Amino acid sequence: MCLAIPARIVELEKDNAVVDAMGNRWRAKTTLLPEAKLGDLVLIHAGFAISLVDEEEAKETWQLLAEIADFDQTKNKLSG
Amino acid sequence: MLERIHKAQTVMDAACKTLGRQINIMEVCGTHTVAIFRNGIRSTLPKRLKLLSGPGCPVCVTDQSYIDVVLQMADRDDCVIATYGDMIRVPGKGGSLETKNTKTNVKIVLSSEDALQLAKDNPGKTVVFVAVGFETTAPATAVVVKEAAEQNIDNFCILSGHKLVVPAMRALVSEKNHNIDAFLCPGHVSVIIGYGAFAEIVEHFSRPCVVAGFEPLQIIEGLAEICRQLSAGKAELKSVYPAVVSERGNTTAQKIMAECFEEADGYWRGLGKIEKSTLKLRDKYSRFDALKRFNMTEVPGEDTSGCRCGEVLCGLIEPPECSLFKKACTTESPVGPCMVSSEGACAAWFKYGPER
Repeated sequence: MCLAIPARIVELEKDNAVVDAMGNRWRAKTTLLPEAKLGDLVLIHAGFAISLVDEEEAKETWQLLAEIADFDQTKNKLSG
Repeated sequence: MLERIHKAQTVMDAACKTLGRQINIMEVCGTHTVAIFRNGIRSTLPKRLKLLSGPGCPVCVTDQSYIDVVLQMADRDDCVIATYGDMIRVPGKGGSLETKNTKTNVKIVLSSEDALQLAKDNPGKTVVFVAVGFETTAPATAVVVKEAAEQNIDNFCILSGHKLVVPAMRALVSEKNHNIDAFLCPGHVSVIIGYGAFAEIVEHFSRPCVVAGFEPLQIIEGLAEICRQLSAGKAELKSVYPAVVSERGNTTAQKIMAECFEEADGYWRGLGKIEKSTLKLRDKYSRFDALKRFNMTEVPGEDTSGCRCGEVLCGLIEPPECSLFKKACTTESPVGPCMVSSEGACAAWFKYGPER
């Protein structure tokens, strides 16, 4: 439950942001990370940015999430 | 990468040899538990290195009394329950939020902001936000409580089940018969509280505390770092997740959390009452406290008969030692919260199997 996902801020007005991770976009708040700027990569947890994150770390996590999605799909196919 | 894995394994093997006994490392984070199982990490470890899945899954540690209060509120016609999806299947007296949802007054939200929006959209109902989670999640609740106060959204309230990780760790190592040599500390909780928060566990209890992220290599290197310390007879504080975890953490989030909440004694499943381990709303925000609004109290109850989630959470037994495991209790039809939550130890054992 405490997993946070890296995403890029692609729109920002006050503390209302739209973030993008691997092409998925959703709304998030930057209230807890006032230093966040448009274009920054941030960790998002439960709709809030909680930390800045660097490009390399974000890519590693995205890759991991993609692998998990693949794994779960394969597993579902095998069991279903 | 292979070279780094090999190096970490050499360190772990050497520590087991030097100490000549079993080493017990507890992870206190449900996301770590899942990552460890999913990546088959247990099977790569030396036989004498044992991982214990501690009280790191917020759903699992939520006391039965809290669940029962939520279910009572769900029975009210004047309430809408806004909950993170994780809580929906936890069984309590007379069902779960999922089975109570015949009146469709239970809504799954992805964010506390969505819960507040539900209140704005349903002025005729009181929206109760099921606020569970550790320090990673609590600041998000604090933000919306402040917002509700500023905007006078009086049909919004929260049932705070927020918990603090360090007091639970302290409680575990304060027990006389505990078997924990070290802690692998949660990555994203530490983003908020900073790795410095674990200093007291290192200093007062001489237990190594190493913060790691969720990639397999980081987990393995975190475990190796713990082994290095143990074999040298040391207990140190370290983060192997420097990309996002600092010593002081996110001070803005800490400030908002402290403005809204104060520490209070509270009940944990399996661990009982722990001093200053939960967050309750400060007096100035007490009008948003669901318990006060509906004049209810959480009565510490008994866990479901036969369910041994409590012992699993303390690292005292492994899930297969529970007689319900894989028999009366499965992921399809869970009895206890450690099987309900996808991050629970029982669910991880069930889904990924015993590797050893």
